[in-house]
Amino acid sequence: MSSALDLITRVRGVRGAMLVSADDGIVVAEQLMEGIKGGAVAALAASLAGRLRRAMEAAGTGTSVFWHLQAEQGALLVVPGANSPGDGGILVVAVTEPDVNIGLVRLELLRVAETVV
Amino acid sequence: MSPQTRAVENWTLEPLTAFVREASVRLVLVLTPSGQVLAQSGFSRAVDVMSAAALAAAIVASTGELARQLQQPPFAALSHQGPKHGFFLATFASDRGTLAVLAVYDLDVSSLGLVQLFYEQLAADLKAASPKTTVPKQVLAADFERELTDSLNTLFGR
Repeated sequence: MSSALDLITRVRGVRGAMLVSADDGIVVAEQLMEGIKGGAVAALAASLAGRLRRAMEAAGTGTSVFWHLQAEQGALLVVPGANSPGDGGILVVAVTEPDVNIGLVRLELLRVAETVV
Repeated sequence: MSPQTRAVENWTLEPLTAFVREASVRLVLVLTPSGQVLAQSGFSRAVDVMSAAALAAAIVASTGELARQLQQPPFAALSHQGPKHGFFLATFASDRGTLAVLAVYDLDVSSLGLVQLFYEQLAADLKAASPKTTVPKQVLAADFERELTDSLNTLFGR
């Protein structure tokens, strides 16, 4: 699993990547730069994923395949693996610099999601 | 302040209220390892508080003994998860002595990760807020029932 995360962390501008249990909000595997609170990111990202799933179901859009939260000093990118959350799925999470190549990170997140789920 | 959150010792109230709000837990008890309840949230009946406190204290004692037999320091936390609810029990040292926190959460609303995350904050806040100069009071059998009744009355606003 750690080697799967290499695919993401080797992209320039990625500060860390994690596999997170979608139901529990607990870190399954992580490669993070110092200063990133992995446990907190995992718990809150999983909580957000659950709420987003419900919002998207309510909106009739189906399940999300990728989300990107842009902030002033960075971004959070998440690909919910198949069946997640609600069925013991995995979230693939990346924490990045603000000027990262989002398309490339998204591609790698999707690849990792295919590999590990 | 949540109307369902009440404390026997007022310094526990603010950290507990924040924990309930942030972690979205359904029930919480802050208690001593002997089962004395300092604060509760979400319980509606005194008998439930008494049962939960007694059971939590028993779990703390039995896991502590297991750890002792394994020649390990006491376990920091215990988590059980069922199909709909999760249960989290952890202890930490404070100036008030060792305290235990029992939290029950709905899996639809919260998660183990969230509870663990905000429990760390709760433990830190309770440590910071706990009175520094309390002399342990001897519990006498004659006083026990009266103190228990007083505590339950406080916890349920009677």
